[in-house]
Amino acid sequence: MRLDLVPRAGRSPLAAILAPALAFLAAVLLGGVAVALLGVSPTAAFAAYFIAPLSELWSLQEIALKAAPLALIATGLAFCYRANLWNIGAEGQFVVGGLAGGCVALATQGSAGFTLWILPAMLVAGTLAGVAYAMIPAVLKVRLGVSEILTSLMLVYVAQLLLDYMSRGPLRDPAGYNFPQSVAFDAAARLPYLMEGETLHAGVLVAFAAVVLATIVLGRTLFGFEVRVVGASPRAARFAGFSEARLTLAAFAVSGGAAGLAGIAEVAGKIGQLQPTISPGYGFTAIIVAFLGRLSPPGILAAALVIALTTIGGEGAQIDLRLPLDLTRAFQGLLLGLVLGADVLTRFKVRLVPGGAR
Amino acid sequence: MRHSFCACLGAFLLLLGPAQAEGKLKVGFVYVGPVADYGYSFQHDLSRKALAEAMPDKVETTYLENVPEADSERAIEKLARSGMGLIFTTSFGFMEPTLKVAKKFPTVKFEHATGYKRAANVSTYSARFYEGRYVCGKIAAKLSKTGTVGYIASFPIPEVVSGINAFMLGAQSVNPNVKVKIVWVNTWFDPGKEAEAAKALLAQGADILTQHTDSAAPLQEAEKQGKLAFGQSSDQYRFAPKAQLTSIVDDWNGYVVSEAKAVLDGSWKSHATWGGIKDGLVVLAPFTNMPADVKAMAEDTVKAIAAGRTHPFAGPVTKQDGTVAVKDGETAPDPMILGMNWYVKGIDDKLPQ
Amino acid sequence: MTLDMVQMILVTVLTAATPLIIAAIGELVVERAGVLNLGVEGMMICGAAVGFAAAIETGSTLLGALAGAGAGLGLAAVFGLLTVGLAANQVASGLALTILGLGLSGLVGTSYVGLKRDPAPHLDIPGLSDLPGVGRLLFGQDAFVYAGLTLVLGVSWFLWRTRGGLILRAIGDDHTATHALGLPVRKLRFLAVLFGGACAGLAGSYLSLAYTPFWAPAMTAGRGWIALALVVFASWRPARLVAGAILFGGATVLQLHAQAASIGLPGQVLSALPYLATIVALVLLSLGRRQGGSLAPAALGRDFTPHR
Repeated sequence: MRLDLVPRAGRSPLAAILAPALAFLAAVLLGGVAVALLGVSPTAAFAAYFIAPLSELWSLQEIALKAAPLALIATGLAFCYRANLWNIGAEGQFVVGGLAGGCVALATQGSAGFTLWILPAMLVAGTLAGVAYAMIPAVLKVRLGVSEILTSLMLVYVAQLLLDYMSRGPLRDPAGYNFPQSVAFDAAARLPYLMEGETLHAGVLVAFAAVVLATIVLGRTLFGFEVRVVGASPRAARFAGFSEARLTLAAFAVSGGAAGLAGIAEVAGKIGQLQPTISPGYGFTAIIVAFLGRLSPPGILAAALVIALTTIGGEGAQIDLRLPLDLTRAFQGLLLGLVLGADVLTRFKVRLVPGGAR
Repeated sequence: MRHSFCACLGAFLLLLGPAQAEGKLKVGFVYVGPVADYGYSFQHDLSRKALAEAMPDKVETTYLENVPEADSERAIEKLARSGMGLIFTTSFGFMEPTLKVAKKFPTVKFEHATGYKRAANVSTYSARFYEGRYVCGKIAAKLSKTGTVGYIASFPIPEVVSGINAFMLGAQSVNPNVKVKIVWVNTWFDPGKEAEAAKALLAQGADILTQHTDSAAPLQEAEKQGKLAFGQSSDQYRFAPKAQLTSIVDDWNGYVVSEAKAVLDGSWKSHATWGGIKDGLVVLAPFTNMPADVKAMAEDTVKAIAAGRTHPFAGPVTKQDGTVAVKDGETAPDPMILGMNWYVKGIDDKLPQ
Repeated sequence: MTLDMVQMILVTVLTAATPLIIAAIGELVVERAGVLNLGVEGMMICGAAVGFAAAIETGSTLLGALAGAGAGLGLAAVFGLLTVGLAANQVASGLALTILGLGLSGLVGTSYVGLKRDPAPHLDIPGLSDLPGVGRLLFGQDAFVYAGLTLVLGVSWFLWRTRGGLILRAIGDDHTATHALGLPVRKLRFLAVLFGGACAGLAGSYLSLAYTPFWAPAMTAGRGWIALALVVFASWRPARLVAGAILFGGATVLQLHAQAASIGLPGQVLSALPYLATIVALVLLSLGRRQGGSLAPAALGRDFTPHR
């Protein structure tokens, strides 16, 4: 018995949407089985995970708030992944961006008069810090051929330790009983809230704008074209004269900048101060989102919303049904695996052929 | 089995709808770690269970565990929106999120553990862990053959530093030349790292271990090597019956029940609680693996602290740099202990800043 | 510093390196076959949970270790089906398996938190184990440590002294040419992936059965990622892998020893040293290479889709 993959002639756009949707259904069904094994009614679990979070304005806002950094980071990652550059260090770039922007906020703490420039300066500082931090694995790869997977991953730990050191030491609030957190940022250094209830902040708009921008760049500009070609066929790219080194640096810069921007948006929007941890693993979850979204910005937006929905639904399920958070994680891993498998099925016909395994 | 029973019960209650829960006070708890850490979060959950058992017809409890600080605001708000009347947030990192949510929900009462900021509907509560440390220090100095104690510390925050200092002062009261080696593991709960730290300390000559981290790994490591150790947050005797001397147990049960009662009868007010052995918030697990005279000394010290005759930070207390922190005849005021960021004389390490 | 203290420190370094050695040697085989498995962390943590659960239920450390390896193998089978069978993207599939493994391990482990059992027994040869200075280090370890080193020797022998190993390495270098020669590319790759998963699961069960003999959520603490780094650091050669594991395990443990010995650097700097050391080591490796290009198996990470 042998599993043969025969490439399909063309890839129908219907299949491109249907495949992830079917994968999602399959994951939900399997999740229902797991939930039943844990002794909980699958319909109650489905309601808690998927329906309940959509039924309240507040939780809709929370979904948007959680999806925004994921979509932003994942969009940046899409540029890298399409070019076969495996940036695993988005979490570190996120942290560095938040730290740099936060330092700007702390440096301008208490200033009076014209303060409108502070927030944009913070956002720029965060973005540039993310770019600079992403340049380290990029340059090491271009100059020395060092694996970017490992360098970017190691730098995540370094970034986290740096933030930890800064928020416990030099940036600590002197009046705060030596608790490891900075003073709360001024109002001028915070992203404005978008509606009543003080939940949804402008970071959501930043993320959405980035997704739109990325769609245009990937689809309509030469740079986007280069990225897509290099990933699909490196030899063709070389023949076309696209410089692999320049592209590597540019893709990492985009990815690092997006992650850094997401970092400062989170700090200036939601958190409002610097503390030892500012990310519940956004950089890593964004990698899942990027693949779930098939590396295309609109798909990434949808995937970010799905992941955010299941995470928030998982918290509700923990309260109402005592379902553990591990279930959410297992579901997300399962979903990604099924989407990847389904994606193969849109590109290939799978045939079981009798005969020896090859 | 118990897991699925509770889940079924939960689903059953959900199906019955809120009508069944009308009239009951809903109380929520937010834990930073897993209930199954058998340490800090475990003790908070014990207080939740005690509350549920004390007033089953008037109170309904629920909890969220493994809530990272970055996600805590949403978790706390979710509880507030689910109809909770009283919410306990049990990690100091939840301080700002608790205050933010409390502002949005003025009719809900919040209790923040180990923090220092209050509001009209936010109380704080914490335990004078350092009192227990003082007792442990005395025991350690009595029993250590090498004169060196190993301390596995989590993060350099005042709560941990005051614990180290109280431990040292207790030890010095028995043996002025006692030495303490401190390792910072930068985590509250990571059994692998805690075990590695324990191994490192034991390899460097410490023969008694104490910790301000939550797992039982150091205790088990000590037992493996035939040494003695103190447990943390909860009675971890069953993890290391041959090694545990005692454990500083956080007992929040009484406080949680009395706060819930206050909400039920309308007398709840925002206040700050910082109780110790006297108030029953700090309890020392039964003294084991020690000779009778050391046990008697330990029990006497506990009684003396409860009666106010002994204070861990009674003067004279000298800082590591030589200055006098507390004069002879006085005791350290609460703000000094709450913000402690210096070592006492006798500790050779530099405090990470 | 007495001789015994030095020995104790070396023992802690070796035991810290052991899970890295076991997981990394498995991944080395997988990568030599041309597949990049980023799911090592998920397979490791599942091995820890299932291994501990099995050991509690059966009372046997050996059965626990086998169950842990089996759990890793099971997850690896899913990974193999996705990447070797269906030629899905290897990076994404590996990450999916990591997340899935983390979630599953939590679900399996819930009923076993807070339970303890005796740690895996240590070898004790009267006379040899008591030799001053080296007795405990060489003759007093538990079975996992010796198993890890045996695995390294076994893999070395297999890859460079047997025909099967030669074929595997050839597949990792050029799957198209080996396929054209009629060799069973996907079957061998799948077997390699299974082996790698079993090793990762075994490494995980070492953590919960010997290193800290109980189960705690997420107890692997990123060791799977370090194992991946080690394979690259070792230039895909087993001997260098052991050296790298000792270096890395040592760096992690030595920073604790340094603190205990009152060496006064900020804790975060000491904690960051292992990661910085890895980056520096990777850079030095690249600088020191005489020929250009990477030492990696040439077909590493590339999809293989044979068809008629």
